Amino acid sequence: MKQYQCIVCGYIYDETLGEPEHGIAPGTRWEDVPADWCCPDCGVAKADFEMMVI
Amino acid sequence: MSPAIVILGSGLAGISVARELRKLDKEVPLTIVTADDGGFYSKPSLSNALAAGKSAPQLVLTQREALAAQLNVEIRSHTRVTRLLPGEHAVETDGGRLEYRRLVLAFGAQPIRLPIEGSGVGEILSVNSLTDYAAFRARLAGAKRVAILGGGLIGCEFANDLRIAGNDVEVFDLAPQALGRLLPAQAAAFFRTRLEAAGVRFYFDTSIVRVERSEDGLVLTDTQGKNFSADLVLSAVGLKSETELARAVGLKANRGVVTDMLLATSDPDVFAVGDCVELQGLVLPFVLPIMQQARALAKTLTGTPTTVSYPAMPVVVKTPACPTVVCPPPSGAVGTWCEEVEPAGVRALFEDADGKPLGFSLVGEAVKEKQALAAQMPAWL
Ligand SMILES: Cc1cc2nc3c(=O)[nH]c(=O)nc-3n(C[C@H](O)[C@H](O)[C@H](O)COP(=O)(O)OP(=O)(O)OC[C@H]3O[C@@H](n4cnc5c(N)ncnc54)[C@H](O)[C@@H]3O)c2cc1C
Ligand SMILES: [Zn+2]
Repeated sequence: MKQYQCIVCGYIYDETLGEPEHGIAPGTRWEDVPADWCCPDCGVAKADFEMMVI
Repeated sequence: MSPAIVILGSGLAGISVARELRKLDKEVPLTIVTADDGGFYSKPSLSNALAAGKSAPQLVLTQREALAAQLNVEIRSHTRVTRLLPGEHAVETDGGRLEYRRLVLAFGAQPIRLPIEGSGVGEILSVNSLTDYAAFRARLAGAKRVAILGGGLIGCEFANDLRIAGNDVEVFDLAPQALGRLLPAQAAAFFRTRLEAAGVRFYFDTSIVRVERSEDGLVLTDTQGKNFSADLVLSAVGLKSETELARAVGLKANRGVVTDMLLATSDPDVFAVGDCVELQGLVLPFVLPIMQQARALAKTLTGTPTTVSYPAMPVVVKTPACPTVVCPPPSGAVGTWCEEVEPAGVRALFEDADGKPLGFSLVGEAVKEKQALAAQMPAWL
């Protein structure tokens, strides 16, 4: 399982944890996060730009 | 050799342009000149960093050296631009002169200062950079009572953050409600109730005109002569685009540096991006517009002229006591707010005469509908 960081605000998406508060179940791989999902902290869209693998 | 592209400013706008450019062209010589230290930090986190216990250095996401290496750019930090010389394709800085082929202004915006009098005025802080945040956090160490001037987005975020960090917080605003025109009446009432429940005290229709230093703190006085005391005063009454250097050499400027849809200023080799820009009359000092601008500008600078487009871009207000999302209708839009009030939140839609939604505000649980509603909004540009 990988972690991705939002390059705008530093928010970390951890595939193991998912983002249950925003409807993303634990274990959801980055590829499977919906395209219209956006950073819960700064609002930047997934499609809008890359999260970086850390 | 003079660098082909020079970017002035290392905020989100300047750095995003550099990032996007490097996706398209790995080699074109690129220099960033900045009055800052040049490390990359997320400015939005300045208003929720206290609760997280973060110091200024901890907010830096990428150090200057790492950023320079990652983006293959030269970063001239702690260097202030003093004059633009568009006729000579050059800029003057306090560290010497620099030539460019294409120039990008990413000067950001400066806090507006209210005309306040008194012996404590010099102690009023505003937080618009990492340096400001460091000073603010240091001053907070001995301060319990914080007065915030301005109940807009940034004022309310700081209010909530300071409460979580254990401070007493009072917010003063000339307006009759929080978040100004971003929230219709019932959403604003809900927002206020939630923040008050979290311990924030609001004083609306109140204008502070005097701040005096006294022995045990600062004394604020409003237009009615009423006094309030505080240990620290934070001003968050809004930002003003940095246009001075552009204006000084005759580049067209209004509320911001005026650009066309390609982000070109009135000089075709000088572009502008970020909080300093006015595009089609719009000054939008937020993250999402900057990302749209940066992507378009990177294409334009690498030989594919690309106009900026703005979808509707909702802004998340970082007030955990009351989750809030605002997506204001275009200015001048004619319509009415329709509010659906539930115990757990308010969903407000701004609709035109035909019932077509043009904007929205969501508070409390209603924020769940952000994505779905954003998709129904007409594009801004
Ligand atoms: C507390 C706070 C919270 C925010 N929260 C949010 C949020 O939650 N969501 C959102 O969308 N937006 C938010 N914003 C707005 C967002 O952060 C800004 O729109 C964005 O950071 C602006 O980036 P910028 O690069 O245009 O400007 P800035 O970050 O201001 O950068 C300007 C740069 O120009 C440099 N500069 C200026 N003058 C000179 C000179 N003469 N010579 C050399 N260098 C110079 C500065 O040193 C700096 O590097 C927030 C803003 C603040 C202040
Ligand atoms: Zn983010």
